[in-house]
Amino acid sequence: MSGFRGTISRRNLLKTTAASGIVLATPTIFTSKAWSQGAFLNDPAKSGKLILGFNVPQTGPYADEGADELRAYRLAVEHLNGEGDGGMLGTFSSKALQGTGILGNKVGYVTGDTQTKSDAARASAKSMIEKDGAIMITGGSSSGVAVAVQALCQEAGVIFMAGLTHSNDTTGKDRRANGFRHFFNSYMSGAALAPVLNNAYGSDRKAYHLTADYNWGYTTEEAITSATEAMGWETVETVKTPLAATDFSAYITPVLQSDADVLVLNHYGGNMVNSLTNAVQFGLRDRVVNGKNFEIIVPLYSRLMAKGAGANVKGIFGSTNWHWSLEDEGSKAFVKSFGTKYGFPPSQAAHTCYVQTLLYADAVERAGSFNPCAVVEALEDFEFDGLGNGKTLYRGADHQCFKDVLVVRGKENPSSEFDLLEIVEVTPVDQVTYDPDHPQFAGGALGTCNPGA
Amino acid sequence: MLGLNKKDTTLLIIVVIMTMFAPFILNPFPETSQLAQFNAGYPDLMQRFVIFGIFAIGFNILFGLTGYLSFGHAAFLGVGSYAGVWMMKLLTMNVIPAILMSMIVAGLFSILVGYISLRRSGIYFSILTLAFAQMSFSLAYSVLTPITNGETGLQLALDDPRILGVSQVAGSIPPASLFGLAMRDSYEMTLGGWAFTFNVGYYLCAVVMIVAFYIAIRIFRSPFGLMLKAVKSNQQRLNYTGVNSKPYTFAAFVISGMYAGLAGGLMVAMDPLAGAERMQWTASGEVVLMTILGGAGTLFGPVLGAGFIKYFENIFSKINDTILHQWFAALPDGIEDTLVFLIHPFIGKGWHLTLGIVFMLVVIFLPGGIMEGIRRIVDLFKRRSPKDEVSGGAVPSAKAAE
Repeated sequence: MSGFRGTISRRNLLKTTAASGIVLATPTIFTSKAWSQGAFLNDPAKSGKLILGFNVPQTGPYADEGADELRAYRLAVEHLNGEGDGGMLGTFSSKALQGTGILGNKVGYVTGDTQTKSDAARASAKSMIEKDGAIMITGGSSSGVAVAVQALCQEAGVIFMAGLTHSNDTTGKDRRANGFRHFFNSYMSGAALAPVLNNAYGSDRKAYHLTADYNWGYTTEEAITSATEAMGWETVETVKTPLAATDFSAYITPVLQSDADVLVLNHYGGNMVNSLTNAVQFGLRDRVVNGKNFEIIVPLYSRLMAKGAGANVKGIFGSTNWHWSLEDEGSKAFVKSFGTKYGFPPSQAAHTCYVQTLLYADAVERAGSFNPCAVVEALEDFEFDGLGNGKTLYRGADHQCFKDVLVVRGKENPSSEFDLLEIVEVTPVDQVTYDPDHPQFAGGALGTCNPGA
Repeated sequence: MLGLNKKDTTLLIIVVIMTMFAPFILNPFPETSQLAQFNAGYPDLMQRFVIFGIFAIGFNILFGLTGYLSFGHAAFLGVGSYAGVWMMKLLTMNVIPAILMSMIVAGLFSILVGYISLRRSGIYFSILTLAFAQMSFSLAYSVLTPITNGETGLQLALDDPRILGVSQVAGSIPPASLFGLAMRDSYEMTLGGWAFTFNVGYYLCAVVMIVAFYIAIRIFRSPFGLMLKAVKSNQQRLNYTGVNSKPYTFAAFVISGMYAGLAGGLMVAMDPLAGAERMQWTASGEVVLMTILGGAGTLFGPVLGAGFIKYFENIFSKINDTILHQWFAALPDGIEDTLVFLIHPFIGKGWHLTLGIVFMLVVIFLPGGIMEGIRRIVDLFKRRSPKDEVSGGAVPSAKAAE
């Protein structure tokens, strides 16, 4: 310490500072989280503000979806606060929401960028929870991100309302008590598509799969192969393609050399746009194999993707969660208020995010509390209607929504740049319902809800 | 004190004070004010500051001292993270085994990578490390999915064995802890309009960073460190004088790999998930940016650079148009909209752009990074010629450090 003699006064200063800090802190010890009983994290009654966290991809491959999700969230917040035309609030079967915020609190929000990376998404969600005091996190356009953020929300003790996530795992092996998914999943796509494909293409087909090399791709491939094999199709080959790939010609060439007569593209977003374009360029759709026309199938469709792929999507089958051309009251009300505000119809990503926000607000209102455990209870086995998908059930066993699934086809003669898909069939909910412990969903446990304090 | 000279002791004490009082320093604005947007004193970001500080300190031991520019350091961080999560899945939620295993595994991996990459120097070395890192990323992302859980990232589950701990507590995964002290526990202190958060995890990271920083000082001041600086100034001459420089660079590489592993281990101790993206080349590039921005070859510069970049990433990226409109609400509508329109590209998702501009300005006008800027300001007040300064501060990176 000898070399340190000259700075004694500084040490004294520090000591005094530290001591006075402790003294000042003493009266506030009772406000510390560790001491409060029966409370929950980020209680709006304590902080005086109600913040929802909208965590969407603003950069990266799903930035288009993210931007649309954000538009839907802004619209939902407007409607919850009683601005605008109220959108689906008027058609929602539950009438708990009055357009006066949630439990009388004006809804505020913060936004963040997931970058479609688990790490970045968690960092962004964490800062929303810790810094901005968000009581609920929602959004995302990738299953990996949804699973990661859902786990974080479970640990932290806030509700997670998943955005666009289609992988079985979100409500399967990675399900969490604090997480809820309105969007449909790979299994439902397979179950809905199979009968339609059977009618259109027959039961004697050989399928070749190109699969995006990540979690969602795997579960979709599994769901589609098992559903199509059950009706007699044969799976010739399944090939994984890197998520970052933009040129799929190297993967299309082997398809030409195989005796497959159907190509299933388990791709989403930009991947699907590129792989489908490549497949069409290689003349796959003009091919005749085994005496049958060669066909292409895209299990998960969205309007944004159809727009990207242009004329290539004509006549191609796929499934979707929702489409703006639906004629029920809820969809019409939503399309109208979205269109009035932004000038174009919403995508399915926008729809699911809007609905999730409303469902959360409604559950809080019905529970009479923001406590995550009360919200979980209010949402579990909740049946509702009027949000664009007909009668829907939020199943308590895995927190997955069960509703009709749309099978769509690329339109031959689109009347506008938004009118790209036509609804071929509305598969009734019974046909896509499965057991919570179905093999494709097994291995997960909800655990108990975590209020975070 | 502690075998350091007076200058270094002062520097270490400054670091100790800054890390210990970070909850105050980083939360200068009252909760309710408009400027609260710029507060950075919440646990997650504070943890990131020190963890990436450790990462950058370690990187600086390689790059700052030997001049070997590794473009694959994120791989060690990632490997360490996976090792850490696996320890939490298999052994216990206590963070000590996880952190130790992260360092060991990252060290072993850096021995492998270093043994091969250090056969070349300069740009070839950089490319080799980059190739290794990208290879690790691709493996983690797809082929090794059973070990790494691919794109979703490796995370804990309710049915993990955790043979030394418990699998679950009342239906939820037990929190990462240090002998019963949960990492995510915080103590909140409200002083008037201010709120300060003291987080257990942050203080663990801070203590580890101080130790890491101390070790780095000792390495910088040791004969070993001197040899590394000699490698940087002229490796060929060193070789011609009959010194075999390879063991020195190799040791520096492994040490900095273990620092990266330590950072990875701490990351999972704070947030038990390991995503493959943290091994991507962008993550490797980030630590290079941090070091250069702060001042390569200086002791404290990399820590500052890490803080700077993480601040931009987490604070600027969250400012959106609505907030801008709030700020300028007092102005007439036309001016308000124009201002928002002008600032819009630089905030929110445009934070990369802002960071890029700052980086360019720093590299052009302050080649020694932020530390050089600080030194210049100090010189201005001290009115001494820069030659007298032989502090642990900055010297332009082109010259040998200190």
